[in-house]
Amino acid sequence: MFFHWLEKNPFFFASAVSIVISFAGLIEIVPNFSQAARPIAGLKPRTVLQLAGKNVYMKDNCMSCHSQLIRPFKAETDRYGEYSLSGEYAFDRPFLWGSKRTGPDLHRVGNYRTTDWHENHMWNPKSVDERSIMPAYKHQFTNVADIETAYAEAVTVKNAFHTPYGPEFKTTRAAWEAHRPKVIEDAKKIAADMKNEGVKKMLAEGKVPEIVALIAYLNSLK
Amino acid sequence: MQSNATLEYDYSLAKKFTFLTILFGILGMLVGTLIAAQLAFPELNYLLGEYGTFSRLRPVHTNTVIFGFTVSGIFATWFYFGQRVLKVSMAESKFLMVVGNIQFWLYFIGALLATISLIFGVTASKEYAQYEWPFDIVVVLVWVLWGINIMGLIGIRREKALYISVWYYLACFLGIAMLYLFNNMAIPTYFVTEGLGNPLHAVSMYAGTNDALVQWWYGHNAVAFGFTVPIVGMIYYFLPKESGQAIYSYKLSLLSFWGLMFVYLWAGSHHLLWSTVPDWMQTMGSAFSVVLILPSWGSAINMLLTMKGEWNQLTDNPLIKFMVLASTFYMLSTIEGPIQAIKSVNAIAHFTDWIPGHVHDGVLGWVVFMIMAAIFHMAPRMFKREIYSKKLMESQFWLQTTAVVLYFTSMWIAGITQGMMWRAVDEYGNLMYSFIDTVAVLHPYYMIRALSGVMYLTGFLMFAYNIFKTMTAGKELTAEPQFRTPMA
Repeated sequence: MFFHWLEKNPFFFASAVSIVISFAGLIEIVPNFSQAARPIAGLKPRTVLQLAGKNVYMKDNCMSCHSQLIRPFKAETDRYGEYSLSGEYAFDRPFLWGSKRTGPDLHRVGNYRTTDWHENHMWNPKSVDERSIMPAYKHQFTNVADIETAYAEAVTVKNAFHTPYGPEFKTTRAAWEAHRPKVIEDAKKIAADMKNEGVKKMLAEGKVPEIVALIAYLNSLK
Repeated sequence: MQSNATLEYDYSLAKKFTFLTILFGILGMLVGTLIAAQLAFPELNYLLGEYGTFSRLRPVHTNTVIFGFTVSGIFATWFYFGQRVLKVSMAESKFLMVVGNIQFWLYFIGALLATISLIFGVTASKEYAQYEWPFDIVVVLVWVLWGINIMGLIGIRREKALYISVWYYLACFLGIAMLYLFNNMAIPTYFVTEGLGNPLHAVSMYAGTNDALVQWWYGHNAVAFGFTVPIVGMIYYFLPKESGQAIYSYKLSLLSFWGLMFVYLWAGSHHLLWSTVPDWMQTMGSAFSVVLILPSWGSAINMLLTMKGEWNQLTDNPLIKFMVLASTFYMLSTIEGPIQAIKSVNAIAHFTDWIPGHVHDGVLGWVVFMIMAAIFHMAPRMFKREIYSKKLMESQFWLQTTAVVLYFTSMWIAGITQGMMWRAVDEYGNLMYSFIDTVAVLHPYYMIRALSGVMYLTGFLMFAYNIFKTMTAGKELTAEPQFRTPMA
């Protein structure tokens, strides 16, 4: 019998298992791959400050509790806005859809929350609603966001995946030093709407607090 | 060499990995209990400053129980029964012993460092694949070393036919290798620029919808090949060994194994129902999830029928009780999953606490129970001593069973309540509840879940104590017990 033979021949057994388990991935993922990689018209890649904010979002793992995927149901579009489209995520590496809504969806949070709202909320969520079970993220007001890594990420995705960043994005340190003031300037625009003195002081010293980058990112979610 | 004499098996590696299983089990469940409590009592988020929030600790919990506890358990049982079913001792090959020891230390140190990196927020953010690229490389190395050990032991085996458990462990090795490699493809940004930024940072090779598809092809099947395949392999070895009963049906084993191999991987896209992946993929994931009941229940029924005519053992051997309950929870979990994968049910269940509820009746009831049963069976044979206390085993069993029931019932209610509240509209078609209303209503269920965590953790500590006392104070055995594990 075939299976008895197979069980005595480990090489062929392992090969058979490999073939049988490969089918699904090939058929489900490969055919649609290039289609799903296309951005919707007019999609802009995130700025370096927003990317740094995305990395804060990842570092503090906001996706433990927040999704970024609005499903096509009336109850969801009423609550969060238009349902999500595949092409909107075309520059998101990694995707940050999440799998659990302990808190609300954030895919279009930039449409209905403002910088000062986020500032208050991240400092003390209970000040917005005392029933909130979200922890405060006060350390984001003093930790420095890693904007250099964010720049390296932008350059990497530009070179590897043709994400449309401008010609000034180059792999050299000099190019980064030239771009840096632009990031600080973006950060100052965000901080202008904030009241925390420490944040302003850090920015004056040329350091971007994590909270500023994070808010820049959250505001870009539209 | 010694074909007639009984073989002396070398359990040194099995013992080492058993210790790690218990260590990572305690750590992972401790963090799990803490984060469960944080949802009920948010003040607990501030115990460790920025390193102690729910968001930071959740991946620590999941990765420690998956890559720490479960994988150690898989390694420990492999280094125990691999030799026995292949009829060859590890001690016969110096090479394999060295490889095994390198695997152990690399794994132990790697797992500790990776856990610390997660606490510091170094993360790739993809669920159960959070480790950044240097740790991914360690994982791959450990896995390759384990592969060398499996293949090596198979290469020098005396028993020509591979036993069912070996099929499952081989599949575990191959499946995880394939999934882990493809999902963790990333470019380290530091090395493709002029040394800019953080050397640990990498950017995923896939974007958006594609990234989601690859991730859940991985995420779902890491469960398949980590939490299902090897655990089924375990029960195929330990249940017949403990009960003295032959496996009920070879044909059913065959059908279940090849069925599981083929069907499981298709089901990954049920994690993406109503998302932006194409509809046909969602439907495919949904349909194959329902088909998946067949091979899953095939194995479970095969196990239960193995006990045919011997159900009396259930009353006087707590080890049989652990394993029978494990296969029962396996059945519960594998019928619940397909139900959640039906699109209309998923519309309510997705994003709610019903999902962690489903995960935990599977892992607490099935995976952990089976691994503990395996260790209870192995301990007297590895340490040549009786199990220290049968009474303690009995109380542990009931404490943990109650904990699992509390966990999934509270999360079922919480999940369905919240799912219904999110979509509830008043007579004019306006949403009835603000989001925070649907959070506040969950408080009692979060308290029940935290309580169940404390109970389950206590049970696991009783288990650890029992094994520790078995090693140090159990009655010494003169001969290896044949079937039933001796216990005081």
